[in-house]
Amino acid sequence: MGVGILVENLNAWYGSTHTLQDINLHIPANHATALIGPSGCGKSTFVRCLNRMHETNPIARATGVVKMGDVDVYRDASPVEIRRRVGMVFQRPNPFPTMSIYDNVISGLKLNGFRNRRVLDETVERSLRQAALWEEVKDDLKKKSGASLSGGQQQRMCIARALAVDPEVLLMDEPASALDPVSTSKIEDLIFQLKTQYTIVIVTHNMQQAARVAENTGFFLNGKLVEFDSTHKIFTNPRDKRTEDYITGRFG
Amino acid sequence: MRVKFHQSLDELKEKLLMMAGMAEQAIQRSIEAYRTRDLSICELVLRSEPAINRLEREIDQMALDLLAMEQPMAIDLRFILSVIRINADLERVGDQAVNVAVRVRAMGAFANIDLPVDIPKLAELASAMVRKALQAFIEGDAEMAQSVFLMDDQVDKMNDAAYYALSSLIKEQPELTPQSLNALIIARNLERVGDHATNIAEDVIFWVRGADVRHAGAVHP
Repeated sequence: MGVGILVENLNAWYGSTHTLQDINLHIPANHATALIGPSGCGKSTFVRCLNRMHETNPIARATGVVKMGDVDVYRDASPVEIRRRVGMVFQRPNPFPTMSIYDNVISGLKLNGFRNRRVLDETVERSLRQAALWEEVKDDLKKKSGASLSGGQQQRMCIARALAVDPEVLLMDEPASALDPVSTSKIEDLIFQLKTQYTIVIVTHNMQQAARVAENTGFFLNGKLVEFDSTHKIFTNPRDKRTEDYITGRFG
Repeated sequence: MRVKFHQSLDELKEKLLMMAGMAEQAIQRSIEAYRTRDLSICELVLRSEPAINRLEREIDQMALDLLAMEQPMAIDLRFILSVIRINADLERVGDQAVNVAVRVRAMGAFANIDLPVDIPKLAELASAMVRKALQAFIEGDAEMAQSVFLMDDQVDKMNDAAYYALSSLIKEQPELTPQSLNALIIARNLERVGDHATNIAEDVIFWVRGADVRHAGAVHP
């Protein structure tokens, strides 16, 4: 099951650039939360702070508190442990090109030391079913490489890979921006189903997508969280003029 | 900046104001016809209806295209929804003008007598409501829109007074029943124009503030 995420006074820097400023918010468990905002507004940095990927950049640092359930992400756990609890899907599908579909899906598990063949088989089937890809690839699991799939299939395989480690939170950074409308619909349907089991945070430039899949939406601008509210409120009658200007295209 | 989209919204607004002008003119003409019993003005009102209907369809189509093609959000989405609803109300105002003109034409078959009802005053008040609601739309002024609600109470009272005065007249002088009934229906038509103006004002408030004030505190006997 997913866990809620509590963020308190989160600040982040790249070198001397203050990219996130005093972010406070509560992301509810087992819901999809969308983050919107113009390029460079800090939404991707925010997501990368949630699973401690931000700190992989040597000039980056972050302060503040991020709690996933009872776990203080920056104090109670190692980055490796956090990334097992927090799956991530990126804008472009990133399969390991030389690995089969099967090996792609279990790569995270293997990294965490799982070797039991029966467990791995079961995990591959469960994850691919959850990612709505099982029926399309079940006969080619070990024959085909992950890179031989279509873009939409690759992205669903990457989602399966993220789900294979049984995370509590799924972070998605523009997961459908490189996909055609049919593949996009599949990813959105998937988000709709997955949010009953996982807490999903999705960064998107596609506001209709945010409106379709997320219960709550946050609007970032210049490193600040301008507004966080129900998606319904944000897209029909936002409180802040800057949110309204952005979503109606009057911005800039 | 979505320049083309915002230009389209301006065009939609202009078209709706054109529709408003036609509907207002139809009401004015129908009352002029009542005052003068000039049947040629009645004809003018009847002939203007197809143009109003055509414009209603054009505005709806334009709004539908913008919804489908531009996926508007927030204030733009509310604006387009308001335009669709105001459009329907203006078309109904046009219909009421036609109804008045038809009644005036029917009254032409009877003697022109003084009736205990000030139809031109009622018409002036109903038209003023439409004008104020549309001015609020032009200026995006929710407070101005709210003032229309108070005017509606006055129109309702005048319509009620007309009902009692004319039904008494029918009882006292049954030979005046046809004229009285026609005047009663005209008063009712004008009261409906006031209702449409109220709807328009509610839509302006929805557009500007995002608040749905329809049926708020409405008490019907």
